[in-house]
Amino acid sequence: MKQTLPSRREFLCAVASCAAAATAAGCSDLTHTGWFQSRFREMSEAEKKDLVAGLEKSNTARFGKEVTVGVEPPMAGAEFGYALDISRCIGCRRCVYACVEENNQSRDPQVQWIRVLEMDKDKGVDFAHADAYYDAEQVPRDGHFYLPVACQQCENPPCVKSCPVGATWREKDGIVVIDYDWCIGCRCCMSACPYGARHFNYAEPQIPAEQLNPKTHYLGNRPRSKGVVEKCTFCIQRVRNGRYPACVEVCPVGARKFGNLLDPDSEVRAVLENKRVFVLKSELNTRPRFFYFYGL
Amino acid sequence: MPSALGRHPGEKIEVPPPPFTEGAFPCTDCHDPEIPVNRTRRPMEMAHAEIVLHHDEEHRWCLDCHSAESRDKLHLASGALVDFTESYRLCGQCHGDKYRDWRAGVHGRRSGEWNGHKTYLLCVNCHSAHAPKFQPLKPMPPPVRPEGLAGRGEPK
Ligand code: SF4
Repeated sequence: MKQTLPSRREFLCAVASCAAAATAAGCSDLTHTGWFQSRFREMSEAEKKDLVAGLEKSNTARFGKEVTVGVEPPMAGAEFGYALDISRCIGCRRCVYACVEENNQSRDPQVQWIRVLEMDKDKGVDFAHADAYYDAEQVPRDGHFYLPVACQQCENPPCVKSCPVGATWREKDGIVVIDYDWCIGCRCCMSACPYGARHFNYAEPQIPAEQLNPKTHYLGNRPRSKGVVEKCTFCIQRVRNGRYPACVEVCPVGARKFGNLLDPDSEVRAVLENKRVFVLKSELNTRPRFFYFYGL
Repeated sequence: MPSALGRHPGEKIEVPPPPFTEGAFPCTDCHDPEIPVNRTRRPMEMAHAEIVLHHDEEHRWCLDCHSAESRDKLHLASGALVDFTESYRLCGQCHGDKYRDWRAGVHGRRSGEWNGHKTYLLCVNCHSAHAPKFQPLKPMPPPVRPEGLAGRGEPK
């Protein structure tokens, strides 16, 4: 016998009506925040405005400084691409820590969106022999090269297909985003991602208030809670305001290039047109928007 | 949208100030134009002793790049004078491929806006003109291994 189940929304609305009846309060103003929040993607501008106003208020109170939560949409005519020069990267990890600070990743337990892999020059790009835990007095170490990996912003993203609730999707500018308020923490996307780019908050993320970056975006670096997945967004809070991602500006050897793939004058286009370029695990047809190249 | 690139001839490129040794500029503070120029190739002793050339030192020395006539300027192979803020033109004479990549944004580092105003670093902001090889760095700490993360295994 065919059964029809109520949708999450219908179910919650029914619960809300009960609650409303019980408290004799209207339920109309409860339908888009907190328990009764709908998907960010489906919200009207007014609903988004209400939502972020609430988030700004609670985060400002929590961290004791003014936190802003932006909802900037994709810019028309922009599709982002990234290129990293592996003949230049020296494995100094400055990008890792700049990313943690910019994007409010948990300090404890430690979450880091960028992982720098040390590889043997003899073996070439070979994940089986890569070491993310190298430590040294000085880098680069003889006989090694370095390959930083974060979200590859795939055009054909397996993580998005694997999410059972539609909490992650690809935006028009090519950024794969997560609605942390819709994520149920099942971690399907983490096992679907071939690049290990997604990270889970196993415990309540800790960020000292003085280290919090108060300029945030709803789909990016706003403070997360326990039980949700997060990853690189090309610094959505920066790039949608025209700025470079934090890792691009910090890299001491200038290995990191970012720009608009649709702009023939952009740095990424110059790389794609003039250098030897590859993507990671191209055989999987994920079509990354993150390219690696040899600039030398 | 202003063109972000210095690929086009005559386009103004914004760069940070050249990294002068403190008190070294303007050069004419010490190099009085009245004093005759000693053009003999020699190790620096009286002043600039800290500069030991590691930049094709067999073939080059000070006056190949620094102008002896206009002390506060550099000069190209053609003799044309160049300001220190445009030293990339001088570097580009030998390193043409890097110069081309730098202008396209492939070599070097920029900050600012991907679709607008940018600052380029000069060659000499990263590479000392006298010893240009990029120096090794101490890496930031490696990540905590999963077994060491809070909330996993035995309490610390
Ligand atoms: S900051 Fe630059 S050189 Fe250092 S690890 Fe990151 S990409 Fe490599």
